[in-house]
Order: sequence, then C-alpha cells, then structure tokens
Amino acid sequence: MSDALTPFLAATIRTAVPLGLAALGELLVERAGLINIGLEGAILAGAFGALVGASTAGGVGAGFAVAALAGLLIAVLFALCVIWIRADQIIAGTALTLLSVGATGTLYRALFGSTGAALRTPTSEPLAIPALASLPVVGTALFAQPPITYLLYVMAPALAWWLARTHAGLALRAIGERPEAAEAAGIAVDRMRVIAILAGGMLGGIAGGTLVLAQAGTFAEGMSAGRGFIAIAIVVLGRWTPHGVAAGALLFGAASALQYVFQAMGWNVPYQVFLVVPYLLTLAALAGALGRARAPAALGRTLEPGR
Amino acid sequence: MTESSRGDEPPALALQDIDKRFGATRALTSASLRVRPGTVHALLGENGAGKSTLMRVAYGMERPDAGMIRVRGAAVRLNTPADAIALGIGMVHQHFTLVPVMTVAENVALGDHGALDLQRTSAELRELSDRTGFALDPQVRVEHLSVAAQQRVEIAKALMRRARILVLDEPTAVLPPSESATLLRWLRSFADQGNAVVLITHKLGEALSVADDVTVLRRGRTVLATPAANATTASLTDAMLGSADAGEQSTRAPAGSRAEGGPAMPPVFRAERVTVVDAAGVMRVREASFVIGAGEIVGIAGVEGSGQRELLRALAGRLPIASGILERPKAVGFVPEDRHRDAVLLDRPLVENIALRGAAVRHGIIDWGAIRTHTESLMRSFDVRAAGPRAPMRTVSGGNQQKLVLARELDADGATGPRAIVVENPTRGLDVRAAAQVHARLRSIRDTGAAVALYSSDIDEVLELASRMLVVYAGSVREAAVDRDVVGRLMLGAEPRGRR
Amino acid sequence: MRAASRELALAAVVVAAIGGATAALLVAIGFPVGPGLAALWTGSFGSWYAFTSATLVRAVPLMLTGSAVALAFRGGVLNIGGEGQLLVGAAAAAGVALTMPAAAGLAIPVGIAAALSAAAIGGALWAAVAAHLRVRYGVLEVISTIMLNFVALHVVSYLVRGPLQEPTRVYPQSATIADALHLPRILGAGRLHSGFVLALVLALVAGWMLRHTAAGFRLVATGESPAAAASAGGIDVRSTTTRVFLVSGALAGLAGGVEVLGVTFALYENISPGYGYTAIAVALLARLDPWRVVVTGVLFGALEAGAGAMQRDAGVPATMVAVIEAALILAVVAAQSIRSRRQAADGDSYTLPADA
Repeated sequence: MSDALTPFLAATIRTAVPLGLAALGELLVERAGLINIGLEGAILAGAFGALVGASTAGGVGAGFAVAALAGLLIAVLFALCVIWIRADQIIAGTALTLLSVGATGTLYRALFGSTGAALRTPTSEPLAIPALASLPVVGTALFAQPPITYLLYVMAPALAWWLARTHAGLALRAIGERPEAAEAAGIAVDRMRVIAILAGGMLGGIAGGTLVLAQAGTFAEGMSAGRGFIAIAIVVLGRWTPHGVAAGALLFGAASALQYVFQAMGWNVPYQVFLVVPYLLTLAALAGALGRARAPAALGRTLEPGR
Repeated sequence: MTESSRGDEPPALALQDIDKRFGATRALTSASLRVRPGTVHALLGENGAGKSTLMRVAYGMERPDAGMIRVRGAAVRLNTPADAIALGIGMVHQHFTLVPVMTVAENVALGDHGALDLQRTSAELRELSDRTGFALDPQVRVEHLSVAAQQRVEIAKALMRRARILVLDEPTAVLPPSESATLLRWLRSFADQGNAVVLITHKLGEALSVADDVTVLRRGRTVLATPAANATTASLTDAMLGSADAGEQSTRAPAGSRAEGGPAMPPVFRAERVTVVDAAGVMRVREASFVIGAGEIVGIAGVEGSGQRELLRALAGRLPIASGILERPKAVGFVPEDRHRDAVLLDRPLVENIALRGAAVRHGIIDWGAIRTHTESLMRSFDVRAAGPRAPMRTVSGGNQQKLVLARELDADGATGPRAIVVENPTRGLDVRAAAQVHARLRSIRDTGAAVALYSSDIDEVLELASRMLVVYAGSVREAAVDRDVVGRLMLGAEPRGRR
Repeated sequence: MRAASRELALAAVVVAAIGGATAALLVAIGFPVGPGLAALWTGSFGSWYAFTSATLVRAVPLMLTGSAVALAFRGGVLNIGGEGQLLVGAAAAAGVALTMPAAAGLAIPVGIAAALSAAAIGGALWAAVAAHLRVRYGVLEVISTIMLNFVALHVVSYLVRGPLQEPTRVYPQSATIADALHLPRILGAGRLHSGFVLALVLALVAGWMLRHTAAGFRLVATGESPAAAASAGGIDVRSTTTRVFLVSGALAGLAGGVEVLGVTFALYENISPGYGYTAIAVALLARLDPWRVVVTGVLFGALEAGAGAMQRDAGVPATMVAVIEAALILAVVAAQSIRSRRQAADGDSYTLPADA
C-alpha cells in the first residue's frame, strides 16, 4: 500500500497546483465582492499562451510569462465589462469564457495547423528542495515537484498574511462586505477591484500555463475542462480564506488521484467515474456538504453606479 | 439673500457657486455654503433640495461641474474622500458606512495605510472614548451595536482622522428623542472648541435650537444664508418651500381633523397575545395585544430593531404569526419602506405593476385591456402623473410612484370587507410637496373608513398623522398617547414621566 | 415608435461591428477574407438547399435551446446547462427508440412521441438537479449547470462505450435508430425535418404564454424582482423558479431528442457542437423573447452552417463562430448596460444619491 501512497500524494499535489493557484486568484476577486466566471477562460487562455510562449520564444520561463499575460488579457476584458460598463458579472464572465474557447481554438488551428499533430512544448523539470525532498513518503511527493508548485506553497500563507495584517487587505475585505463603507473611508473602491481582477486573471493564466508546461506538455482545445469552475467551488469550500483554499485544492487533487489507489487495489471502475468526481465534488462543496461559511456580504451584488 | 456676518478668520469650509448635474437633472445650481470656524451650521432643505449632494461634493464623493471649494481659506480640489479626510473633513452618513461584520477597531482603522496594528487602534480608541465621553468598545462587532452607538463609531472614526470639520447627514432622523438631545449637546461642545459642524437636517426646530448659522437650499440653489438669531420658523419655511406655496403645502393638519373613527368602531385588526418570529427564527414581537379600528390612523413607533418591522409585516399578512390570535381582513394592503425593491417592478409598465396585486391567484389568460382601464382609473383618482399606463415605472417620479403603490394596495379589487393598509416610511425619499400629498391621501383613506397602521422612523411624521400610538420596544407593544415625550421615553424602554 | 427604431439601429451597429471585427481578425491571421465570407454566405443562404438543409436544420435545436434559455433567464434562472440537458435528452430519446419493440403494431407517431417525451423528461430531470441545489442550498445555478454539463458529457461517453454501444462494439456510438422512428422530412425542403415545426410552434407558444397568461406574468415578475413579486404579488418565488427551470430543461432535452430522431439517427459523443452555449447568444440577442428567438435561432443557424462551409471551402477554422457569438453577447450586454445607465441619469430626482 505504501508504494501506492507516494504516487498518490504526488498526483494529489500535481492536480492541486493549477486548481489552487486559480482558486487563490479567484479568492482575491471574491473577497472584493465579484465573481469571475471568466476564470475558466483565463485558464484556457493561459494554457494557449504557454504553448505560444514556450514554442516561439523557447523555454518554460517564456511560456509562463505569456501564460500570465494571456490570463491578464481576459481579466482586462472582464474589468472593462464589469467595472467600466457595469455589465452583469455572470453574463460577462460566461461570454468571456466562450470567447476564450473560441479564440484559443481558432488561433490554435490557425497558427499550428488543424486537428491532428499535437505540438510538444518543453516541460518544467522537477526541482527538489534539498533537505525536505529526503523526507520519507512525503519528501518526493511534496518537495520534488516542478518549481511552480512551490509558488502555491508560498502564495497561500503570503495572501493570508496580506489579507489579515495590512490595511490594503482590510480595505479589500471591506469592499467585499460593504463597498459604501469602504468608499466613505476614502478607499478607491473601483481601483482595488480592478487590481484584484487583474491579479486573479494572471494567476488563472499561470494555472493554465501549469497545465501545459508542468503537466501535459502540449495544448488541446478546451483542456481547462471546467477547472475554472472547480476553482470557484474551492473558494467556497475554503471558506474564502487562503489556507482553506489551499486545503480545498488538495482535497480535489486527492479525489482525482484516487484512480491510482483504485488501480493499486485492482478495483475496476469505468474511467469516466474519475473524470466526473471533481464536478460532483464541486456540487457537493457548493451545497455546503463539506461545511458552510459566510460569503463576503456584497459578493455577486450588482455594483453601485460608477462615478 | 442675507450674507452671514464676516469674522476675521477665513471660513473653515466654503463652497462657492457649485454646479452639479446627473445626466439631465441639475442637482445643484450655483449653490454656496460658508461655515465659520467654531460654529454649528445647519444646512436646511426639503428632500431633493440638494443638501446631501452638496456635502458629498465637500467630502470628495462627487466632483462638481463648476465652482470652488475652500478649506480654511485655501482653494482645494477634492477627487476622492481620501483628499477630504486629509484636509480634516469628516462625514457621518445616514446609512451603510460601517462594515457590520468587522469590529469597531477594524472599522475605525479602515482607510489608513501600511501595516495594520489593531492593538494600537484599540488603545487610541479607548483614549478617545475617555476624552470625549463616548462609550466605545473596540472589540465589539458593529452589527451588534445600536443605531446610536454606530453613529458614535462613525464620529470616532472622523475624530481619529483629526477631523476639524464634521458633517452630519440627518443624524437625528433615526434616533430616539433623548439620544438626539445628547448628540446635539455634544456637537455644540465640539464646535465650541474651535471646530466646525455642518448639520444637514430638515427639522427646523433642531436647527434653530443648536445652530449658529443657517443656510437653506431649495431646488439646488442657496436661497438663504443667515445667522440663526435672525431666522424664524416662518422665514425658514418660506425659504425651504418658496413662500408662494408655503401655505398650501403645510403638512400640519388643521385642528380637529383627527380621526372620527377609533377603537369604538368595529375593530379591523385585533391582536391577542401575538408573537412573531422573523425569518431567522428570532422572536421579534412578544405577546402583543391591541386593536385597530376602522377610520383611524394608528401610529407605530419604535427604534430600528425593536420588532416594529416584523409587527408591520404580520399585520399585513406578509409574515405568519408564531402564536396568539391575529384577526385581520383577508386582503391587507402593504406599502413597504423600500419601494424600489419590494413594491414595484421598475422596468415594467405601470399597468403591469398594478397587475402585480393578485398575481399569485390569477389564472388563465390575462385581460390586459381591463387592467389597463383599471390602471387609468386608479391614476385619475389618486392623481398619479405619468405619460400613461404603459409608461415604465422608472420614468415616474418618486411621489407618483408612491401614490400608485398606495392606490394599488388600497384596491380591494371587488373583495368585500373593511379596507386596511399598513404603511412603512411612506414619504422616504420624497420632497415636501409629494410627502404632503401622501399624507393627504392617508387622511382621506382614513376618512373613508379604512384602518391605517402607519410606521415612520421619523417620529414627528407619525405624531402628525396618528390619533393613537403603539410603541414597540424590544418586542413588547404598548399603547400610548400621541405625545412626543411619552412616546420618546417608551421607545427607549423608559417609563413615561409621571408614572409610578 | 422611436424606441424600436433606436433598438434596430443599435442592433445594426452591433452586427456591423462584429462583421468588421471578424473580417479584421481573419485578415490578421492571414485567412482569405473574400473567399471566407463568400463561403459563409453560400453555406447559409446561398441556395434553397443550403437554407433548408444547413441553416434551418441547425436552427431547430437553436430555437429550442434558445427558447429554453430565454424562458429561464426571463424568470431569473441563469440556466447555462442547455448543453447537458440536451445530451441527456438525446440519450433518453435514443434509449427509448432503441429499446422499443421494433415497430410491430406500434403506430409511428406513438413511438416518436414516446421518444421525444423521454427526451423532454430527461432534460427536465437533469435541470431538476440544479434547481434543487439552488432552491435548497442556494447554489449558484450558473456553476451547477455547467458542472452538470461536464457530467452529462461523460455519462454519454460511458453510454456509447457501454450499455448503448452499437452491436459490433467497435465505434463509440449507439446503434442506428430504426427508419420508422425517424422524424418525417418536410416535403420540398431538403433534409429539413418536422422537428422544425415543433420548434417553431413551441417558441410561439412560449412567447404567447409570457405575454398573455397569468403564469407567464408570474414568471416575468419573478425574474424582474423576486422581492417585489413575493411581497407585492404574493407569488411563490421558489416554486415559480423551480417550474421555469424544469420547463427550460425540458425544452433543451427536447432539442436533444429532436436531433437524434431527425438528424443524427444515433447517439454519439459530439452530437452537439455547443448548441447549449450558442443558445445563450441566441436568447440574449432575442432580448429573451421567444418570438424573437425564432429569428435569432435562424441567424445563428446560418452562422454555424456558414462556418462549416467556411472551414471546408476556405480553410477558416469553424471555431471563429464561437468568437463571434461571444462578441455578440458582450456587445448586447454592454449596449443594455449603457442604455439603462442613460435612462437612470435622465430619470427623476429619486435617482439621485441618498436624499439629495
């Protein structure tokens, strides 16, 4: 059993990283009172951007950079729709995801030829952290992963500190609870919302980049496969806190990695079951089956008229 | 227009010739305000005159289209509230500017920069508390505080930012009379220390009792600016309303026009040990017993959170009772305070808004022609001004919207039995003209024999119209005379003077 | 009426902008714009055959799912699950059609009716999951319906590789449905089948219902303002919401059934090229009015038909259409927001902040 444990943990972490990064980004957005359904689009755009960056400029670093930019672009569009034009968040987000699906598909076929030969990109080699990687059982699983993994380990506590211990974090939280109070206190509400949206989009893009550069090594149309929505569920599950979100991502990672356990145990289950688990888990999480928390009071509310 | 007397010091705050439009509506036209240091300055005007807009400009929440702002003599440009705060201007708003789930300390710290040190903020708050005599517990969550306490938090917030010009927007509107008096006394002493206070209000008595200077806005213009000593109730009313209309629009009822009805008439509402529980399961009304008869207006008074909200909804049949007996007509009209959210479909035509009543029980095909005709007749009898029954609700003014809602709610639609209506803050957001029309409407409804239960967070409005009072305090309901002092004390749970 | 002509002008501007942007994008990527746009036209409206057998055939599921989305959105339910409901409906119809005793003595209309009913019920049940999650747990239906779309996809994948797989067990698809259960073609209209009539009738009925029945009014009121509907109208918002959700799911499921019995004659994985998502654009452009959905459904049917031709004849990726659809949604949403902002600003004193 223990020889199934390490691959199981490694698979858990691997699945959790893109989910966790995207979810941390969405956390910022939701603490500011907005819901970005376009996160899915940001992840997909990031995946495509990673392909473009890595295969043209060469190298994983360029790939991640373009991935972040692609996610940022989707975020800019979302900010324009929701903050400037004050359009409905849900519809705007849905449209942006559609746009991303169509645009990445079109551009992929245009730039790399139509369906058929899958392009391979350079992938990120695992980077072992000296002492920690030698720990028994968990060592290789947790600390001998591609470097992007460590971004998740660092971001969760960093965001937690920022939210709780800085005035900027307090301001963001206030915006998500009662924007009128934040405005009256002299906070630039819309500006902070835009910054949160852009940060969220960038993280989504990086998450998409992870899918390509640290996992698949290639791009396929629609490869985000709903991860953006799962990330939104993880924010709920994680009770809108950074550590909760990280834990939620790990939970989803574990659920997906279960196939390894099943294989090791020799249990035969149609593979579609494992594909379906994340979505069902999302529904369960949203329904509060794994505990309920209070959402930021102004979450998803129509924005007050702009100035 | 008389100028206020000039001191040697420059005014603490001066707004000059301010213009502001919102789309096609001109909110302010050449409006001006000069606040001398060390004074309490009352800014008067009816709802819609532009008082709040003017002060939002002074606080950097709105940018003027024209005009100048000077603080202590120096011209300034305010782009955001942060700029105003930096100049020592602090504003205490009517609603919604504290974060309920955060503590007092967090709310006070909000808006500052850098690393957050709540320990230090709490210590400073305690020190401020001692200094000013305000009772403030930094660790309590704001949602657990009373309205008066929340107001103190807002003032403390402004003071912590070293505000020397304090602007308060209708601060006594939702306070019980004794808390109002305490606040006004404190503002007086704050001003006496060399600071400036701007008190936005529509209450003349208050203005005259505490202010040094008075400025009156009407339709976005400054029509009067004078020391309070030179002003009288009459001159202020003239200025606020425009003398030609002052006589007609008075909302004071002529003597003897109070109800002919009353509890002697057959009771329309009869409550016996009624208990009401809110949506969250909290008990809000406890063992209430009273009657409301045909042809009378019964006023309901209570501070926010006293249970008055649930009582009104139980009377209107919108909330079930938990125990006891409540006899009421089958169809009770209800005019809720948030009319935009709870009473109308803003983007739909008037005729659909009328059709809303009874929408749940209607079945089959709708005869829109009949409903349209009916809408037109309601519009005629209630004097609702609009382009026609097909006009969207949004294009109709607040006063007319309210009249239409009243018309709809009173419409028994052919049902038999006494008419009854429950009304909550009926003149909120309406200008004096519209408010007067609504009051007149309520009186005539009463005269035709309907039973009216009226609640307003403006105690004076209720005292105007009611012939009997029911005061709600912490869930218990007591009958009281129509007397400001008696009602004020009961609202706070104190015994009226003279009782043992 | 001035308002209507202003709307038409707005729509024209939107369409022109989209057309321009599309052309610009094509040029940028290096695709032949001329041949591309020409193919778009010939593939959609260029001939009677193209019009009936390419455009209108695609318009059928779009009208049904478009009506589904329009009704749902109108009632305040953001049903993005048309795709999943369609797939479940398709699977249900295929299941019934394939397991019914082979035509012996069974009147054709009954068989078809049974399969289509199964489709509608299947779609409604799929929607019911999201409806229940919303009403009971407050789960945002935008997310739950999308999740269920993915689940439906994998369910169909499992079915066509398992219980419903064709007898030779080679291809991931179901057996072919008996000729007797195919939807009859409309004479003189190429490959257009009678499902078109059904879609048209249902859209017309839906629009009529919204305008003229008490139930329709309750739906509209609930969508406009649930608080006012409940307080002033006494409407049971929960049950109204659930009902519209189920009807919406049924219509989308029916779309799946109609596709299976009228076009594909079998169940397989890619039976829907995203009709459920395109339906959102169809409904929004129709301003959530089922009567207008007939028009926008045909328009988008044309776009999709033309896109196929564009790819075949000019090599332009068909995914361009998704870009156009998304751009259309954004344009409509932006236009509506700008318009209501202008309305509010021109409004009366009550729209001023606070108490002025």
